[in-house]
Amino acid sequence: MARAVSTRRTIVLTIAGWTVGLLIFFPVFWTVLTSFKTEGEAVAIPPSILFFDWTFENYAEVQERSNYLRHFFNSVVISVGSTLLGLLVAVPAAWAMAFSPTKNTKNVLMWMLSTKMLPAVGVLMPIYLIFRDLGILDSLLGLTVVIMLINLPIIVWMLYTYFREIPGDILEAARMDGAQLWQEIVHVLTPMAIPGIASTFLLNVILAWNEAFWTLNLTTTNAAPLTAFIASYSSPEGLFWAKLSAASTMAIAPILILGWFSQRQLVRGLTFGAVK
Amino acid sequence: MATLHTRSTARAMVAPSVILLLVWMIVPLAMTLYFSFQRYRLLDGGELRFTGWRNYERFVTNPTFDPAVINTLLLVGGVLVISVVGGLLIALLLDQQFKGRTIVRLMVIAPFFVMPTVTALVWKNMLMNPVFGLFSYVSRLFGLEPVDWLNDLPLLSVTLMVSWQWLPFAALILLTALQSLDSEQIEAAEMDGASAFSRFIYITLPHLSRALTVVILIETIFLLSVFAEIFVTTGGGPGTQSTTLTYMVFKEALFAFDVGRASAGGIIAVILANIVAIFLIRLIGKNLDR
Repeated sequence: MARAVSTRRTIVLTIAGWTVGLLIFFPVFWTVLTSFKTEGEAVAIPPSILFFDWTFENYAEVQERSNYLRHFFNSVVISVGSTLLGLLVAVPAAWAMAFSPTKNTKNVLMWMLSTKMLPAVGVLMPIYLIFRDLGILDSLLGLTVVIMLINLPIIVWMLYTYFREIPGDILEAARMDGAQLWQEIVHVLTPMAIPGIASTFLLNVILAWNEAFWTLNLTTTNAAPLTAFIASYSSPEGLFWAKLSAASTMAIAPILILGWFSQRQLVRGLTFGAVK
Repeated sequence: MATLHTRSTARAMVAPSVILLLVWMIVPLAMTLYFSFQRYRLLDGGELRFTGWRNYERFVTNPTFDPAVINTLLLVGGVLVISVVGGLLIALLLDQQFKGRTIVRLMVIAPFFVMPTVTALVWKNMLMNPVFGLFSYVSRLFGLEPVDWLNDLPLLSVTLMVSWQWLPFAALILLTALQSLDSEQIEAAEMDGASAFSRFIYITLPHLSRALTVVILIETIFLLSVFAEIFVTTGGGPGTQSTTLTYMVFKEALFAFDVGRASAGGIIAVILANIVAIFLIRLIGKNLDR
């Protein structure tokens, strides 16, 4: 009896779960599917599902028409570059705050967090003007720096929450043996910190990849990463859904896969350690 | 234990981050504040002249301002309701055992990783297009008149797109919180004859309260600056129907090139965001003391 109930329960839950999952995932699935259609089939009514002439032409054409790979390359440079730069600055900071906290550490952390809450429009105009005067509007360097700065608080925080979990006893032992701070870092703790740094790296590449306020406002053509490039498909002239889908699929696929691998870290990073 | 030497080393290690963020925050913000009291139009010679509160007055009395504030509240409120309620239901569902749960979870979180411009264009074209879009196809299947989403219901359209992106965030965080719930407590209540509903109200919901607060506050921070979704779909229109505060400032800045007024708007946006931020920072700060 109990078993019958629980089997029925499992069936109901399975159906409900998959229905919800498929519904939410549908726009992504549909985009990927449309990318393999011809432009004619992409707007066909009723829509063609699975039984159409699969084609890879859109992918080739997106590249040919607008040098897609260049924008892809820009996205890679900006997201990986800004994350690496951020880590370079943040690792020592998070390290020091986790292992040699002073009475100010908490305030510093809180203040860093508060910079993240500054709405971008509040500083849009000055940044735009500074960039214009420095001649770094529409440059990879400028965007990399801006994106590094907007994500720096998250990087410091995430690293800090990871570093804090490394047992302090090990540090004490190393200090007793007369190790200098840098020796502790290189030989004792770095191996334990690598997973946290890797997770932080992943989450921040994802955030930087998808950032769309500064990329849209500070680039035109040269440095435009995929977020800005895709926006150029919003022009009303003609419907290029298949090509839009191909460009979109390539833009979201790498980050979707990274995201799926780092879902746990995502919770932690985005809640600043408040939920994990 | 920490010697003077290590303490100064530690300070030197923290300094670069602090200095960078300080410069990043203080310099532009000070400039915005300064510009907000100046008459400064790029298309008009670009000379600066002190005008007192004039930019604020003109920003606030602009006919777009009232709708922009209302739209911002509706957008943030709408997305919060949809994503938090929906996210809670999804989290409760995903907390149960069923076949393929791992795969369903991957599907559910996918929208969060889709870049805003892709979300906006896919929804605008392939789903919401009144002639060729899937929504119109489905409504015709049921014999209903297709809706011209972006023209007739622009703000709702943007709300739906943004909700789709944030639903996974709420679901994932609430699920994580649910999984830390002590199952013995639930079982004990069950044995005492508590119904599923009262178990949810008296045990699960209180347990989730902090995660819920965090979700609401963090989403609010991000939702106050929704930009790309409006930029590539409605452009704030038709009229001002989907113009938010963020979008209004953007228009003053990079369409009208009125630096002074855009800056006044920016400062207003900063003040609004700070009201939310104070709550969030307190909450997270408490967590640090544990």
